[in-house]
Amino acid sequence: MKRIITTGLLAGLLAALPAAAQVKRYTEIKSTPLPQFKVPQPETYTLKNGMRVFLMEDHELPIVAVRAIIRTGSYWEPQNKVGLARLMGVVQRSGGTKTMTGDQMDDYLEARAAFVETGAGGDQSFATMNVLKQDFDDVFKVFVDVLRNPAFAQDKLDLAKVGANSAIARRNDNVGGITNREIGRLVYGAASPLVSLEEYGTIAAITRDDLVAWHKAYYVPNNIMIGVSGDFDSKTMKKSIEAAFGGWPKGTSPALGKIAYQAKNKPGVYFIEKPDVTQANIAMAHLGIEQTNPDYFAAQVMNEILSGGFSGRLMNNIRTKKGLAYGVSGGLGAAFDRPGLMRLGMQTKSASVYDAIAALKDEVRALTVAPPTDLEMTQAKEAILNSFIFNYDSRSGILAQQMNYAYHGLPANYLEMYRSNIEKVSKDDVLRVAKAYVHVDDLSLLIVGRAADFPKPLDTLGNVTKLDITIPKKPGA
Amino acid sequence: MHRLRALIVMTAVAVLAARGIRAQDVKAFEQNLTVHKLPNGLTVLIYRRPVAPVFSFFTFADVGAAQEVPGITGLAHMFEHMAFKGTSVIGTKDFAGEKVALDKVDAAYHAYDAERRSASPDAAKLDSLKKAFKDAQDAADNYIEKNEFSTIVDRAGGVGMNASTNSDQTVYFYSLPANKVELWAYLESSRFYDPVFREFYKERDVVMEERRLRTESTPGGRLIEQFDATAYLAHPYKQPVVGYMSDLQSFSREDAVAFFKKYYVPADLTIAIVGDVKAEEVIPLVDTYFGRIPAGPKPDTLRTVEPKQTAEKSVTLVDPSQPVYMEAYHRPEDTHADDPVYDVIAGVLSSGRTSRLYRSLVRDKKIAAGAAAFNGLPGTKYPTLIVMRAVPTPGHTNQEVQAAIREQLTRLQNEPISDDELKSVKTRTRAALIRSLDDNEGIAQQLAFCQARYGDWHEMFKSVDKLDKVTKEDVMRVAKATFVPTNRTVGMIESADAAMAAK
Repeated sequence: MKRIITTGLLAGLLAALPAAAQVKRYTEIKSTPLPQFKVPQPETYTLKNGMRVFLMEDHELPIVAVRAIIRTGSYWEPQNKVGLARLMGVVQRSGGTKTMTGDQMDDYLEARAAFVETGAGGDQSFATMNVLKQDFDDVFKVFVDVLRNPAFAQDKLDLAKVGANSAIARRNDNVGGITNREIGRLVYGAASPLVSLEEYGTIAAITRDDLVAWHKAYYVPNNIMIGVSGDFDSKTMKKSIEAAFGGWPKGTSPALGKIAYQAKNKPGVYFIEKPDVTQANIAMAHLGIEQTNPDYFAAQVMNEILSGGFSGRLMNNIRTKKGLAYGVSGGLGAAFDRPGLMRLGMQTKSASVYDAIAALKDEVRALTVAPPTDLEMTQAKEAILNSFIFNYDSRSGILAQQMNYAYHGLPANYLEMYRSNIEKVSKDDVLRVAKAYVHVDDLSLLIVGRAADFPKPLDTLGNVTKLDITIPKKPGA
Repeated sequence: MHRLRALIVMTAVAVLAARGIRAQDVKAFEQNLTVHKLPNGLTVLIYRRPVAPVFSFFTFADVGAAQEVPGITGLAHMFEHMAFKGTSVIGTKDFAGEKVALDKVDAAYHAYDAERRSASPDAAKLDSLKKAFKDAQDAADNYIEKNEFSTIVDRAGGVGMNASTNSDQTVYFYSLPANKVELWAYLESSRFYDPVFREFYKERDVVMEERRLRTESTPGGRLIEQFDATAYLAHPYKQPVVGYMSDLQSFSREDAVAFFKKYYVPADLTIAIVGDVKAEEVIPLVDTYFGRIPAGPKPDTLRTVEPKQTAEKSVTLVDPSQPVYMEAYHRPEDTHADDPVYDVIAGVLSSGRTSRLYRSLVRDKKIAAGAAAFNGLPGTKYPTLIVMRAVPTPGHTNQEVQAAIREQLTRLQNEPISDDELKSVKTRTRAALIRSLDDNEGIAQQLAFCQARYGDWHEMFKSVDKLDKVTKEDVMRVAKATFVPTNRTVGMIESADAAMAAK
């Protein structure tokens, strides 16, 4: 008998299905092991001029994505010209190239629903492209041109400066932004490039020549890695890449020095008055660890116990049990080539500011006086290990990861190592790591809010340093 | 649990010969999709995408803040928070005992609340009632397994667990490894089959903190609350999704239970599950677990329709903040035939670096750091607004950006947009749809939304055809009808001296 199969009915199939299952108690629901999943790996090779290439075919959608990473960033810009790397990243694209103005490029790309974007972060800069497959060749030409031959049109630098000045003018409008910015400055020290601020004066000091010199210094093939993912044939792609970059001569880029930051923060209480809020924003922090530290894995388990998902200690005790916060977060942070921040933070109504500070400090102390319970260890490790598959759930994501590991000098099998290291962490490791890196008395405590609404005067906390976040005036203003 | 301003459903675009979504693309998509309706009215969409052994789901409940009335504003969002609190099985050490304790909490709350809101509360009595209320809560807390629902999801390897409420809908979502489908079916159905509203009053405090965070303590949040209330005269879109503080301080657990019973009927639930899942394996589990939920009558549709605006309105906040400007015009809901025309208008005005607002206000006049036009504030299900928003650059004013925005709106009324602009907007929106198809979460969200709002998931692709039919004449016609002063609401933040505001 012929059956008509319609979407949603799959009548033939369903007829043969087993009867509906029994409702089980959740503890009795068994899951079969995940099927063996072969993780796709990018193909990598190096051009003669030192440019590293990563290719990851993915034929699901007719899209090709390119990402170049350039080894430079705002951490290495002169401190009297803070904003230089970022402005170069903006104008590299907006200012066009020798063959196409920025405005022409906007029209050209948007007619094709394509993107070419450039920018600078702290420790790396980037150029990206995303295009429908059939336009790859046309748009890749534009991308290569932007990467190699930006024109840095003066009028686009002027426009980028207007945007920069606008962001400076608005930087104290949002209480969360103030808190994030200033806690970092308290820990790393205001003089550190990690937390340097663009000011009217530093923006005014930047010239077109600075942009040109910055690009010339760092944008050389041996200082760049490039990754391509999407719907392409690797053989053809290699030819395109060779044609685009093969003739680009190797250069010498300036050595990137160690990033400076203060060895130790000044513990104590700091306050910033923000008159138009009904909550106090609280942050407390000191230096964290480097990601290459062997204790990094135990720190991840500790962080999961402290603030993982909706079921960590901070959520349980401060949000759910006490109702003191909507958002509460914290953990021992790690970074490359510098320590991250050991940091906790929350917002709470002005009336409970002191209760909230006490509650946060209690959580910090608890980490260092007793190991986690066996149940906490089991839960934290299961959460990390069972969600591990999500590290591999997209090909473009795997490519980005591999480039990131290569950028920071980690082995390609870092994720597998990570996994086995997490499995090995014991509760004594967690306690040891907490004792070694978490120090409640070393925290700089920052409160941003409206002191008039606090239940007691601020100085009940002891000696309070008031921070002035007034924006320095424009030069000559 | 953040509020999604509006679920962004890619209003996809244009079939250009070279760059179109072809019928066979929809066919290919269809082959991996199964729509399954349960006898109780609940709809499940299953889309197979075996890229990795994981899946994501998106539960769409057709209830939002627009279903609230004064006194219970914030309740739809409050239930969203309750949906993480567990059931009679999850989150409790002894439900029989807990149930008794919870009833005592309710009684103690009502005694305290009645005294608190009486004409002249007696201070001593109020204190003792407050203490009794706190003691009752502490007693009930002894039965609780804290955050057990979330813990089960975390331990199973769940990621991205969250939920969100806006004026139109409440949505729940996370992702799991592919071997956890049965656990997922159990957990997600339990939320609506057997929710227990434990820790209600503590969670109310959490929601008040959320209100302070998002609305009271940021200039933008304060402006939006005032703006919605100014633009709307009658329709509940004028009410804040998070609720008024007085309502948050007053509504009770029974209010939340009643709201849940009325609106969380299976006929109002649409669930999309996307990833390495097979329909023939998912359907029996869905039937078993979601089939438990008893059918209920679909609630009445909203009666109040916003009357036609007849006078220009405006609201100005004087705040310690740089200036912000917005103006908006009433427009129909997203199921209206002109919806794609509004999408084209927003695209021409503000999508990308070729857009008119960017080129005029930002690039050429340099009076704004950013300028945007968008649809769907406060919602999309009922007649809504098309909004222009701009932030002036230092030394420039709201009045300057206002004049420049209006210049662009007048242009749309008086001269046809160019063929290239129209074509480009269509191409880019369609490409955005294609780009959105490589992500389980995004696909699940779009499927559930289209099925729930339009009654047909095909709307994901049909919107392409609809947008492709938009003409230059349509744009002029709609611009002429919409951008008139009597249909306008203006909202502004003007800078106050921060030192003055501290007083």
